[in-house]
Amino acid sequence: MDNITTYREAVREAIRNAMREDERVFVMGEDVGHYGGCYAVSMGLLEEFGAERIIDTPLSESAFTGAGIGAAMNGMRPIVEIMTVNFSLLALDQIMNNAATLLHMSGGQFNVPLVIRMATGGGKQLAAQHSHSLEGWLAHIPGLKILTPATVQDAYEMVGLALSDPDPVLIFENALLYNSKGSLDTKATPTPIGKALIHKVGKDITIVSYGISLFKALEASKTLAEDGIDAEVIDLRSLRPLDDETIMNSIKKTHKVIIVDEGWKSGSISAEIMARINEQAFYELDAPMERICTAEVPIPYAKHLEDAALPQPQKIVAMAKKMMGKA
Amino acid sequence: MELDLNKAKEFYKGMLLIRRFEERCVELYSNQKIRGFLHLYIGEEAIAVGLMSALSQEDAIFATYREHGHALARGVSAKNIMAEMFGKMEGCSRGRGGSMHLFDGAMRFYGGSAIVAGALPLAVGMALADKMMKRNRVTVCIFGDGAVAEGEFHESLNLAALWRLPVLFICENNRYAMGTALKYTESETDIYKKAASYKISSKQIDGMSVIDVARAAKEAIASIHAEQAPMFLECLTYRFRAHSMFDAELYREKAEVEEWKRRDPLLVFEESLKEKNMWSEIDSAKMEDEINNTIDEAVTFAENGTLEPIEDLERFVYSEASHG
Repeated sequence: MDNITTYREAVREAIRNAMREDERVFVMGEDVGHYGGCYAVSMGLLEEFGAERIIDTPLSESAFTGAGIGAAMNGMRPIVEIMTVNFSLLALDQIMNNAATLLHMSGGQFNVPLVIRMATGGGKQLAAQHSHSLEGWLAHIPGLKILTPATVQDAYEMVGLALSDPDPVLIFENALLYNSKGSLDTKATPTPIGKALIHKVGKDITIVSYGISLFKALEASKTLAEDGIDAEVIDLRSLRPLDDETIMNSIKKTHKVIIVDEGWKSGSISAEIMARINEQAFYELDAPMERICTAEVPIPYAKHLEDAALPQPQKIVAMAKKMMGKA
Repeated sequence: MELDLNKAKEFYKGMLLIRRFEERCVELYSNQKIRGFLHLYIGEEAIAVGLMSALSQEDAIFATYREHGHALARGVSAKNIMAEMFGKMEGCSRGRGGSMHLFDGAMRFYGGSAIVAGALPLAVGMALADKMMKRNRVTVCIFGDGAVAEGEFHESLNLAALWRLPVLFICENNRYAMGTALKYTESETDIYKKAASYKISSKQIDGMSVIDVARAAKEAIASIHAEQAPMFLECLTYRFRAHSMFDAELYREKAEVEEWKRRDPLLVFEESLKEKNMWSEIDSAKMEDEINNTIDEAVTFAENGTLEPIEDLERFVYSEASHG
């Protein structure tokens, strides 16, 4: 049964359902309880589940993330909320040196079924310590899974998928999406982790996106359609593992590809995707691969500069037209 | 604490096993059988043996990269530890961890962490899970004096105290964070006072006395159960050997090392047993033979162990049921 709801409510509903079904699930993070969540995701959950399962933490990202790992190793299914990806750097030691490593270092003895949710992305004039998109960077790390829900349906499904995974899963929620609306079917069979979705079928050019860039790509595809360019739009959904098959199959059809990356260009997930296309589908390409990334600056405060720094639909349109010889 | 003869034998043999095991490790390192970093526990044996005597099989342990002694005292097999250091599949971490990352699920021995203070948050989480599930067990977290300079130390002590978690914090204060003396890095060198500032009941004890450690640990475990709150023990100790095999020991005086060697936990315990007229009942020569055999068997086991096939290289990055 489809309902129109917000991304925020979808995440909250997923957490609520998981907590009702499984007593091992709990939420821990800064301002998740009495405040209701920095982005109001956990609003009302304290009242329903109590302070023992909706745990307000001090500003100790490393300790509460590590505590999530310890609890996960001891039979719980914690959901750790970190306010923004920039703050998660304070917990990077725990994420990288423990969560991603313990299973391997212990010779397969101790898995870490931990879920970490955090806000990511720019666009709200929050400047250089609250606006970055580091999900591609974290996707470098073996042992982690990196999810980037774009749609309301995925915002809901990915919480459950992450909780049922035996290994650490990081969910990156673009802060601009919390108020976005979409249809939600809580009874639908979830699309598995590692499976990309084609949101618009097209034959002329492939646009690979994830997170909020899905909507930029879809908007661009509408403009392109007016010019007779039929773009295919892929939402990766997961940056680790990457769905190579869906990307390559699309390129076999369109022979052209633009990757939209909310991260910086150097050493980015788009660079990784281009390398994989080079390895797996080079001879399918009719034109050099292109990408639209965030400009290589810390995100500035001034709106016009921030807008200029981030990937935008018109940049995708311009690049697609150039590649199609219609610039 | 009543020290009966069985306990006395157990303590002495436990410490002697660690001492001889570590000495053999040095030889094996020189013979290039063991590689990587190797951090020896010689001089600090009383802490591991005294501490582990106070724990139940249900309790969990997080240790440091100087953890051979903790693992042995916990009951992790010498064979599996040695095989681990030889990089063999029969090792307690399948050869994936090495000297610094000994793990044993059956013993609830959670490593072997080589990020200083990195395991404190894990111990907090492990104890949080026990509290949430109303399981009556304790998580022990062992770390050195170097860890107290890390933010994770302070964050973790605060959480454990705030949430009243069943954690026993054991600080092995051997006076040097690698090669830098505590007095050069800490404004307050009495570490237990830092714990007290988080409202954690804390004590400074003689870490060279197995009896003192065993008594304090037993009382601490009882207090954790009774008070439903963490405890902190600062164990004053000294490592007799270099920090690792790559350390020229330029930062401390030989006289200081010699002075501490007079407080060798094996000697201290021997003196104490003589005073109690129990030493004559300890057949240390026989113990030496038994321990020598145990270590010989461990080395043979490790030598004969299996090298994991290269095809398995990328296993254990994700759980086998999961598709990473």
